[in-house]
Amino acid sequence: MSRILKYRELLLVAIIAVLIAVFSVRAPGFAAPESLANIFNDTSILMILALGQMAVILTRSIDLSVAANLSFTGMAIAMTNAAFPQIPLPLLVVAAMSLGALLGAINGLMVWRIGIPSIVATLGTLTIYRGMAFVLSGGAWVNQTQMTPAFLNTPRASLLGLPLLGWTAILVIAVISIVFTRTVFGRALYAAGGNPTAALYAGIDVGRTRFYAFVLSGALAGLCGYLWVSRYAVAYVDIAAGFELDTVAACVIGGISTLGGIGSVGGAVLGALFLGVIKNALPVINISPFWQMAISGFVIIVAVLFNARQEKRKGRLILRDAVKRGPVPTPAQTEGAAA
Amino acid sequence: MSVVQALPEIQVPLLEMRGISKSFPGVKALDHVDVALHPGTVTALIGENGAGKSTLVKILTGIYQPDEGEIVVDGVPVHFANAEAAIRSGITAIHQETVLFDELSVAENIFLGHAPRNRLGFVNWAAMNARAAALLSSIDAPISPYARLKDLSIAHRHLVAIARALSVEARVVIMDEPTAALSYKEVEDLFRIIERLKKQGKAILFISHKFEEVYQIAERFVVFRDGRSIGSGLLAQTGQDEIVRMMVGRSVDHVFPKADVAIGATVLRVSGYSHPTEFDDLSFDLRRGEILGLYGLVGAGRSEFCQALFGITRPSAGSVELEGRPIAIRSPADAIAAGIVYVPEERGRHGAVLQMPIVQNISMATLDRTTRAGFLRQAEEFALARRYAERLDLRAAALSVPVGTLSGGNQQKVVIGKWLATKPKVIILDEPTKGIDIGSKAAVHAFMSELAGEGLSVIMVSSELPEILGMSDRVMVMREGRMAGLWERGGLDAETLVRAATGNI
Repeated sequence: MSRILKYRELLLVAIIAVLIAVFSVRAPGFAAPESLANIFNDTSILMILALGQMAVILTRSIDLSVAANLSFTGMAIAMTNAAFPQIPLPLLVVAAMSLGALLGAINGLMVWRIGIPSIVATLGTLTIYRGMAFVLSGGAWVNQTQMTPAFLNTPRASLLGLPLLGWTAILVIAVISIVFTRTVFGRALYAAGGNPTAALYAGIDVGRTRFYAFVLSGALAGLCGYLWVSRYAVAYVDIAAGFELDTVAACVIGGISTLGGIGSVGGAVLGALFLGVIKNALPVINISPFWQMAISGFVIIVAVLFNARQEKRKGRLILRDAVKRGPVPTPAQTEGAAA
Repeated sequence: MSVVQALPEIQVPLLEMRGISKSFPGVKALDHVDVALHPGTVTALIGENGAGKSTLVKILTGIYQPDEGEIVVDGVPVHFANAEAAIRSGITAIHQETVLFDELSVAENIFLGHAPRNRLGFVNWAAMNARAAALLSSIDAPISPYARLKDLSIAHRHLVAIARALSVEARVVIMDEPTAALSYKEVEDLFRIIERLKKQGKAILFISHKFEEVYQIAERFVVFRDGRSIGSGLLAQTGQDEIVRMMVGRSVDHVFPKADVAIGATVLRVSGYSHPTEFDDLSFDLRRGEILGLYGLVGAGRSEFCQALFGITRPSAGSVELEGRPIAIRSPADAIAAGIVYVPEERGRHGAVLQMPIVQNISMATLDRTTRAGFLRQAEEFALARRYAERLDLRAAALSVPVGTLSGGNQQKVVIGKWLATKPKVIILDEPTKGIDIGSKAAVHAFMSELAGEGLSVIMVSSELPEILGMSDRVMVMREGRMAGLWERGGLDAETLVRAATGNI
């Protein structure tokens, strides 16, 4: 499987490269280093959120509340900054991540302790968290003039040609790949999603693992709350509306199986970058905004179709011995439904 | 309808199966079996687990096709290409767990697939509900056709299943352990309905483990053993002892030898282990190098007990001592840390994470030992995996390939390697040889002897008598969640165990 995954990741890299090449024919300069750094920087938040979503999806769950979580923590942190400008930025970032983790823990507890299906639990909290952002702000905006310069400018500070926002994404990717591949928690994520019963018998607490996946997703959503508000220099209730679906799409394009237990950090990151390239390229090559959304959606479906084919091949491989029993249902349907 | 008084013996069978054989890769499930079902008669199908009963049911209902032999209905040979064909011939089965639809009404469940229609082709609800009511009253079932199935008790669902069987003009009704989930009172009601079906001339095949029920409701019997029909006849002329002998009658000495192993001191002591609904007051000792067989019918609570011992569920009372020290097991992790491991039934489904590499599967239960400060050390993981792969003679291209790409036997080795890596003191094997071929069975048994020889204590849950008799130093029998006896190796014989397990002392 790791060989197929590597193959698929290489393929994604190739597809992204081809896309960039094609776009740069229409829009010279698209492939310039500054432009690529800009696309990477622009996709940072999606990459970070996709990694949190990936942790949750690995355990056979889904977190639809990430964007609402981002909106609420972003609002809370922006209001705090406006009201108490003396609070240092690192403390604010820690507070945002903690608040996000708390919201994630609420999701996790509902799934772990009460046994509510994650899609239902997080569909509920999606509305609740955004509603809370509304209650908190009274519908008002926090704009640029109310934020401190440090709050606004730190993610924009450039280091070696890449803003700190992009470096933050790189740091998160590095930490998450170590956590997923080299720690007991990471192994538990894959085992709990790959075969929950086997994991249970091996002494892995599947419910607790799922809970921590939601906490991780929430904490990263909290971090992105700050990054988003700072980047767009405004906080209001509707920021990042619908963005949770982009995170799921990034995971699915990157080969994170919605059946759980399969996927790599590289895949999720490339899935996000793929979406980032498309979104950045379409306006540059003068495609009407009306068509942009339709084209993005079409490309996502094509990517998911490709992914479903991969899944099917996997199923055949495993059930080779059982060919005589007749056709084996493929996970293609479930795969498509989640995207 | 005048068959009530007639002696079943002199009737022409309604359905006959002659010389039916069916093989699966590595297993001969049925070997030239003969079964005859007579109108107005209940025929009991008796046999151990794995004797071929469910294969027979699947052939009768058209789910499997026999390799050899013929099925004759009313003297005419028939061939069931699929389930539909069997139903058209008037054969219907009521399964242990009835296959019905929770959200539909009783009438819809009864007529699903063959609902009466009006001239426009739509469902004729009035006719459907009226016919459902008539069917239900014909079996004295106090159920409204409008009731939603999910609101009914298990017993009432059975009645709906019976009504469904009757709605397709069934002449042969197969009941596969229909009483397994019913209370005493509900069993009485079911038997009244079976009496009614008899009077209507239906031929009934009744599968049950419980002798008292069999003698109460059935006239005829067929005994299966190892896929063969061993005997058949009238129950009135056959004693229980004779039937037990037919069920188990084989020499077992040479089949499953356990090597002689020096039995040591007590390792595990279980006292008064109880659960509110699944088992009650189980107590036993397990010694070093000993194999304790845990025998009983399916549903006797053996797996449930083992799962509690392993920390998957919690007991309500009782204690466990390991090497003289009381231990508290609250989770599988606790049990593994204490030195108790549980190898579940269906290792394919419960044992391995198929998409994970071999190395990660083997190290899965021992991550604390290949970890430093929460970080996995891959070199140690590979060393551990290599050690057990060599010991178990695992055939694989590399330890980094996914377990799903291995053959079934090698997958099993990965699972066993995972458990051995935990260096357990007590290993619980749940149906260790279920569904594997004879050759692999021998290998598993040799391996169990080897484990015992190294000082491991083994609890072996098995429903196969020869395996229990051949491998166990002692046998504990469970019946309906309670201990039905504990026997030393010397004092064992198959009939005693079957009697204890079926409550026929």
